[in-house]
Formats: sequence, C-alpha cells, structure tokens
Amino acid sequence: MLNSSHPLRSVACLAPCGTGYRASGPIARPLRPAMKTLQAFVAGALLCASLGAAHAAGTLRIAMTASDIPLPNGQTDQGAEGMRFMGYTVFEALVAYDLSSADKSTALVPGLASEWSVDPANKLRWTFKLRPGVKFHDGSAFNADAVVWNLDKILNSKAEQFDTKQAAQGRGRIPTVASYKVLNDLTVEITTSEVNALLPFQMAWIVMSSPAQWQAAGKNWDAFLKSPSGTGPFKLESYVPRERAVLARNAAYWDKARVPKLDKLVLLPVPDASARVAALRSGQVDWIEAPPPDAIDSIKTAGFAITSNVYPHVWPWHFSRVEGSPWNDIRVRKAANLAIDREGMKQLLGGMMVSAKGMVPPNSPWFGKPAFEVKYDVAAAKALMAQAGYSKDKPLKVKSIISPSGSGQMQPQLMNELIQQNLAEIGIQVEFDVRDWNALLANWRAGAKDPGTKGATTTNSSYFSQDPFTALIRHVDSGLMPPKGTNWGYYSDPEMDKFFDGVRTEFDTRAQLALIQKAHEKYVNDALFLFVAHDVAPRAMTRKVKGFVQPQNWFLDFSSISMD
Amino acid sequence: MWSYLAKRLLHTLPIALAVTVLCFSLVHLAPGDPLSAVLPSDASQEVVDSVKATYGLDQPLPAQYLRWLGRALEGDLGRSIASGRPVIEEIGKAIGNSLLLAGLAAVLAFSVGSVLGIVAGYRHGSATDRLLSSLAIAGVSVPHYWLGIVLVAVFSARLNWLPAMGAGPDGSGDWTLQHLPYVVLPVLTLAAMPAGIVMRSVRALVAETLGKEFITGLVAKGMGQGAVFRHLAKNIAPTTLAVMGVQLGYLMAGSILVETVFSWPGTGLLLNTAILQRDIPLLQGTIFVLALFFVGLNLLVDLLQPLLDPRMQRA
Repeated sequence: MLNSSHPLRSVACLAPCGTGYRASGPIARPLRPAMKTLQAFVAGALLCASLGAAHAAGTLRIAMTASDIPLPNGQTDQGAEGMRFMGYTVFEALVAYDLSSADKSTALVPGLASEWSVDPANKLRWTFKLRPGVKFHDGSAFNADAVVWNLDKILNSKAEQFDTKQAAQGRGRIPTVASYKVLNDLTVEITTSEVNALLPFQMAWIVMSSPAQWQAAGKNWDAFLKSPSGTGPFKLESYVPRERAVLARNAAYWDKARVPKLDKLVLLPVPDASARVAALRSGQVDWIEAPPPDAIDSIKTAGFAITSNVYPHVWPWHFSRVEGSPWNDIRVRKAANLAIDREGMKQLLGGMMVSAKGMVPPNSPWFGKPAFEVKYDVAAAKALMAQAGYSKDKPLKVKSIISPSGSGQMQPQLMNELIQQNLAEIGIQVEFDVRDWNALLANWRAGAKDPGTKGATTTNSSYFSQDPFTALIRHVDSGLMPPKGTNWGYYSDPEMDKFFDGVRTEFDTRAQLALIQKAHEKYVNDALFLFVAHDVAPRAMTRKVKGFVQPQNWFLDFSSISMD
Repeated sequence: MWSYLAKRLLHTLPIALAVTVLCFSLVHLAPGDPLSAVLPSDASQEVVDSVKATYGLDQPLPAQYLRWLGRALEGDLGRSIASGRPVIEEIGKAIGNSLLLAGLAAVLAFSVGSVLGIVAGYRHGSATDRLLSSLAIAGVSVPHYWLGIVLVAVFSARLNWLPAMGAGPDGSGDWTLQHLPYVVLPVLTLAAMPAGIVMRSVRALVAETLGKEFITGLVAKGMGQGAVFRHLAKNIAPTTLAVMGVQLGYLMAGSILVETVFSWPGTGLLLNTAILQRDIPLLQGTIFVLALFFVGLNLLVDLLQPLLDPRMQRA
C-alpha cells in the first residue's frame, strides 16, 4: 500500500519543467538490437502459428458457446449444448432421436433399448428390452445391471455410485420413476408412480456411464472424468477443463451405419461470440455455434457456410394470469399477438428466425389447426383493444421482465424494443424491467405472485420444447404452479388440464398426438402467450465440413460428418 | 528492518480480512440464483431448494461466511458449484496462465514505457516528446477489449498470422515453443495501458529530475552523460518501481476483458465465468486470492523501496 508521503502522489501533478537538458543520440542506438530481436520473435511466432494450425485430416474443431467443457461423467451439465456435444457423443440413452433428416420433425427411435412397452394390465409397469452385444468403451458389457446401476446413480442417494452433480441434472427429468429392477440380462422393468405415457421422451435424457470404469477409477467420479467410458460413437481421448476436449472415433461402435467418419472431434469452450467468429476466420476452428446475426453477412462473404433450421424452441412473452393482470382479458392477449411485425423482426435478425404462430413451429405435427391465426394485423388489433377499452390515447400500461442476454434468448434487447414499439401502436405502453438472465430465471421459477416480480405481468424467457411436457404441459398445467413447477403465470383451466391428463395417460400414439394438437390449438385460440419467434440455431462452418445434416432438433448426429 | 517487516505484515492482516468480508458481501449482493447455471433451466423451485440445501446455501449469510472463512484459513476454498472441482485447483491452474500473461505484459510495458519515457523526458517539449506522449495517451485511453478485438481482426481474421484465442495448440498444458504465438496478441493488448502509464510517469520524473540543481551541478563538474544518467536513474527508480508494482497488480486482476476476448484460461476468464454462472465459491475464492496477491505485491514494493532509496529507510 502507498504511504502518505509516497512519491507517487506527486507524479500526476508534475508540470513541464523549465530546465532544458537534452541528451543527444545515445538513447536511440540501443533500440536497434531490440528491433532485431523483435523481428526474430515475430518470425518465430509466425512459424509456430503455422505449425499450430496444422491438424490431422478428419479432425473437426468446434467452438461451443459454453464457458466450460461439459462434464464427461455421463449425465453431463451445460444444458442442451452439453448433451449435444458430450451427452450423446460419448454416452447414449435407452431411447434416442432420429437426427438423420433436416426435412422432418425428429421422432423417438430405439437407442440402447431395442424396444419398450407398457404392461396393458398395469400401465405403471414398463419393460425396456436392451440391445444385445453393446459394449462400453472400456470393453465391459452393457446390460440390465448397468441400466439399474445408472438409475441408482441419479435416483438412489444411498447407492455408493450416487453422484449429486449427475442427480441434479437427471433426477428432474424422470420424476415419475418410482422403482426399477433387472428382469434378465437384457431386460429392465421400470415402474412409475403414476401413469406416464411420456416416459420414453423422459428416458431419452438419461445416459449410461460404465459401472466397470467407475470401479476401475477407484469408485470416484472425479477420477472417472479423466478416463470416462460410455457406449457412444466417440470416446473421450483427452480432457482439459475449461479449455478443450478431444473425442476420438469409436471404431467398435455397435451401430455400424453410424461409426463416425471423423478421426477426431475437438470441443473448445468459447463463450464470447466475437472470439468465436475470429477463431473461425483465423482457421483455428472449423465450426462455430451461434454466430452473432450482425456477423453473418461478413462470414458468408468470407466464404464460410451458414447452416440453420427450425427446431423446438420458442421465444415468447409469458403472461401473468394472477388476479388483476390485464392479460386475463382474451381481447388484449389476441390484440398483442396481432400487433407484432414478425417479418420486420426477421429482417432485423438477418433472417435468422421463424415467425411464431404458436408455441411450436407451424410445421410441427403438434401444431394442429387452431382457429385463431397469429399474424400481423394492426387494424384488427386496434379494434380488439378498443373493445377492451384501450387506445393510443388511453393506453394500457404494463411492465415486462426482460433480460439483456441469456441462453436461447436470441437478441432480446433488439426484439423487445421492436415489440414495445409495435404494442405502443395499439395502445399498450410497455415499461421494461431489465434483469440479468440469471435473475430472470430465478423469478421465473418463483412465479408471478412472488414479491420479486414487482408488478410485472409478463416475463420473457425462451423455452426449450423438445417433448410434450417441455413444450406445453409445464407452462400451464394447474398442478405445476410454483414451487412445484414452472407455471409462472398461475394459469388454470380444467379443459387444458384434461388434455394434459390425456396426453400423459394415452398410450396409443395417434390418439396421444390428437390430444397434444388439441392442447396446442387451445394455446393459440386462447392466445395464452405472446408468440413471437422460433430460433433457427445458426451455425457457421468452413466449406471443408461435409455430410452435415442439421435436424429439427437441439441435438446433432456427428457420425455422418467428414472433413475434406 | 525486521520490525518494519513485522509491522507491515500486521497491517496486511486486517486488510486481508476486510477483503474477505467485502468479496463475500459483494458476490451475495448480485441478483440471481447460484444454482440456476447448474440445474436444467426447467428445474422447479422445489428442486432448486433441495439442491440449495445440499450445498449449504440455505444457511444465513453470516453462518455461510464463517464456515467459508474457517475453511479458507485451512487452505480449502470449497468446490465450484458449476464444475464440482476444488476452487483452489481451478485458481491454481488459472493463476499460472494469468501470471504468464501479466509477467510478459509487464516486461514489455515496463521496458517500452521506461525507454520511451526516458527519451521523452530528455527531449522534453520537443516534437519527439509530443509524439511519444500522444502514443502514451492513446495507450492509456484505448479500451483493452477494443484493442484486442482490432488486433484479432487484423492479425488473426484478416492476415491469419496469429491465433485468435486459446493458450496453446493443445490447451495451456506444458509450455513449448508452439505456445509462443498464442501469447503475442493478448500480451500486446494487455501491455498497452501500463506501457502508457509507465511512459508518462517516467517522462515526468526524468523531466523533473533533470531540472534539479544537483544535475546542473553534476554537469557543471564535467560528468559524462552516462554517469549523469546513473544518478538520474537512482532518483527515479523508487517511484517507477511503485508505479510498476501497482500496474502489475492491475495486470493480474484487471485482465478479465482481455482474457475473455482471447479465451485465455486465466483468472480473468475464470472470474467472468464465475460471475455469469453465479458460481459463488469460485467467485469469492478467485477474488480473495487476487486481492491477497495485490496486497502482497504492494507489501513487496513497500519493502523494496527503502532498498532503492535510503532516505525512505530513515523516514
């Protein structure tokens, strides 16, 4: 610390001195050797850069948006991105998604389980038949014991392999699993606490780690991270936390059609968007996740490919339905939905969005045929507002919670400002309560009645809508009001609850689909949310990346990819 | 000397304790939930509460603080909520990477700043002085992150000469020649500001000292330029050292934006991640270690100054 008589205190106020004493010459001469050293250093640096940039053929280097490497323990972290790059590459679940096509909605397909069924006489009892001949990367067999061991890993706190971190990620995904047991080497029975026809969707989240490898790692999950073992198409070759993970082809993968063409897949956490773009353009990586919209044109001009596709994501305003909320009036909700210029917004985002007409994209099989069409019709919106008693001169004042950034939030400030402008046109005056993404999520969990909501009647959180529960049920099921669930707005409607009960208990897939469609139609017809946009998951990559298919899903299949 | 050292060390203790209280309070003042980044985004409040209890985050803040302080005194800064790894292990690795950047940036900034400061001081008021002063002001005024982005845009994206991010071809790991290109741009970015500050300080000190009577006396006695310069250097060294010490502290603690721009796996990037994830143990552990580093560095400077300037010893 500086003491009071410290001479530094006088430095800032020094004035030019009057005495001129100038040295001539000798100062510049010593700089010449320094310049030569600098030249040698730069030359060396350039040489090393070219060496460092060299990489083996068939190696794909990806810059993720995550700030850390997803944990290679099995039930990984870092959300959907973690599952995309680590959860479904090194590990696998009993149930998988068909990620082979860009043109159709992804359906569930057999994964490590070759088939599953529910007992017609007791719909709580499920049987999963396992695929024979599957081995973990360490050579141990994948069997029914391994499945039960993995379920204990996240559900049974008394089991020696129970892992708090993996439990935090996986337990909430399978809330109805009550018990499970081995029927024979390749058959597992799972019993649910209530009838749950959505169990296969939920089981798709639960991936399998190798019990034998965990034993070999001294029954220690920290040690397991250094040499993890799953059944997936890639093996983890090296792992440097917060810096990189190198995945290598699993040549012995059980599905011969999906043995990766790549030699290696290198994962790099690069949370800063401009750093990702620079890494792509400098040739340090071959692929970046989520390039910023304002960089897309320049990336294209520089000769890189931009890929995108609609996927199960929605960017809405979630309305509060607590007593006194202006959004309890269906005319106001519909008017707001008709006031948004989604095509204008799409232009602002460089085309990187799909206009929302409901909670799920219009091409989703769950969309149904709602009577109310979500579109841009200011005159109709104004008429509805007039019926509700509002106009530009006598505006409705609302407060909305928004965030300046966040996972899946696209460009929230830009988009919300456009919405604010659009709503002002029809007599809805919006005041923003801007909160950090983390704080917004905390309030979203606490619910609209929480004092922390501070009078806001909408919140702007983007949603993952991978399955019927995450897409529809969790937002408006009357049994999922906080703290039990995330029905933030405290919406309650017996008709909707009845649809959801049907979705949960209907095992005939066609009949279940019809119920999902009815629930979604009600979502749209009652304008339960302000439906704004669906993200299209933009990615930028070099032209060397071949065979990539971007499915309509959060997850990807890397098996078909090769490098030129 | 020993009593002075003991006194200074004793002064450091309350400062370190105040630092722990301050960093603990600040990280808890920020809104948001530390578990939000760890749990799936659709986890209910019920699940959040149960996991919170597992981590002891449901306890009153004073109890949490005392528990943390007790462990910290034993060298245990807890485990990161996000990664599950020991905080001390995370910081240990990151601080090595940051020290490398800060050390190289300090050497560059102090050498360039000192040389240019001496030139400007000797040529005070000349066109050279104005040019060098303008450069120094530019170095001090240009935001770190902006300079970093521009350097990346030119040398990485356009010219493809140097890597845009990371600490090495295979991560930070063991230092080899292949890591060299990775430090060039972050070091240049980080060195710009301290080089400007050191240059301005040295220039002012040289110009002021050259105007003093003892210099005139030395010149009048016929002393050569080299000998006069040695006298000058002795006089400006203590203050220059103090400026450099403070700057080295800033280089360590203030590199958060530079490390983020270059994805450099040091304490700055670690802090950034911890802030965004509300990873409280990691955040307070990193701030604590960096604050102790800063306090220790200032202590070192205070101890070195009397060795360079005997007048301070007498005081």
